[in-house]
Amino acid sequence: MCLAIPGKIIKIDTKKEHATVDYGDGTKRNANITLVDVKVGDYVLVHAGFAIQLLSKKEAQETLALFREMLSFGEGL
Amino acid sequence: MFSLHDKNLAKEILSSIKKSDVHLRFMHVCGTHQDTLVKHGLDELLKECGIEIGQGPGCPVCVTTPKEIEEMLLLAQKGITVTTFGDMIRVPGEHYSLQHMKAEGCDVRTVYGIEDAVAFAEKQKDKEVVFMAVGFETTAPSTAAVLLNKPPSNFSVLCCHRLIPPALKALLEMGETRIDGFIEPGHVSTIIGLAPYEFISKKYHVPQVVAGFEPLDLLMAVWMLVQQINKGNHEVQNEYARAVNQKGNMKAQAVMKSVFTVDEKKWRGFPVILESGLLVRNEFEQYDARKKFEDHLSVLTEKEFVEPKDCRCGDVLRGLISSKECPLFGTLCTPEKPVGPCMVSGEGSCKIEFRYQKKR
Repeated sequence: MCLAIPGKIIKIDTKKEHATVDYGDGTKRNANITLVDVKVGDYVLVHAGFAIQLLSKKEAQETLALFREMLSFGEGL
Repeated sequence: MFSLHDKNLAKEILSSIKKSDVHLRFMHVCGTHQDTLVKHGLDELLKECGIEIGQGPGCPVCVTTPKEIEEMLLLAQKGITVTTFGDMIRVPGEHYSLQHMKAEGCDVRTVYGIEDAVAFAEKQKDKEVVFMAVGFETTAPSTAAVLLNKPPSNFSVLCCHRLIPPALKALLEMGETRIDGFIEPGHVSTIIGLAPYEFISKKYHVPQVVAGFEPLDLLMAVWMLVQQINKGNHEVQNEYARAVNQKGNMKAQAVMKSVFTVDEKKWRGFPVILESGLLVRNEFEQYDARKKFEDHLSVLTEKEFVEPKDCRCGDVLRGLISSKECPLFGTLCTPEKPVGPCMVSGEGSCKIEFRYQKKR
């Protein structure tokens, strides 16, 4: 139940309470965005209809490289 | 979007863990972690590397108590519309589940989230609508946000929200099972950040790593725990940096704080755990189903609640046994005819084990 799905904010409603989130597989759903500060184009994690956190694109892109770096560093000890 | 697949890297991580030549037992507290571990066969691969991983109480539906289930059943019986997440309606109560009550004509509805329940209350102003609010820190902010937003007066919540760090402390205090490290739940941590776990490392000297939900996330988290142990460290580390930061979601924390207070709470399979439950503050008592329907629910106050006969969900949730060690598993207790909640919920370790066992 703590499952949260990443998606991209593509439209924010006029009251700034909800946004349309594109999950990248053709699924687009409304999510409540009152718990986060977001703008169109941001990636968020959505849980039970609420965006709960922003995703860092930079951190995501660097994850694998960081793992490799840690492995080589860790093994070298 | 954020692809994290690399078979060679997975092999490299596993071989590095194996080289450490350790025999360790870790615990995670998240059904989604368990799903990734079992679905991809990582639990078996890690076992070959000397690492055993148990689930613990990381399934909100599973740790909901028999009393809370009876509260919902009673409200449904009294003609109140009961709304909740899908898994909850199949959890057996003393005699019935919410699904049985629905078949008997009670108004029980499955919703995707609390806003669906509010939308229903808005449409049906002549009906009382109660939302059974289960879930950890990931879910509690959504309940809080809705109560702050003045929902209709015919809407209320039966608050069953619980907090993860006090349960980790309870597990360590009870000392029934060996825990060499915790893999902390990524999505709970998006809300609370890293600070609430720190006392565990300091007081109990247990290493912790917050992890994401891809297979590589979990392998890396295990690797990080092994590194900590090899170096004699016991810190809180963050593997899931793309979603979790040190401070967490402070806006969500503030929303929770303004709607809830913290109190002791009973968890299924556990004694009462101090500071592990959320109560709706008095300012929002018009939305607190326990106060609104006190007259109906008072019959349950003195009642003794027992776990289903021969059900070992409590032992599974405390990490004492694996699902397969329960004598009912897969025979008398199946997803079609569950005895306990761990076989009902998609986050329950019994349901997860049953779902994937045939593919192994």
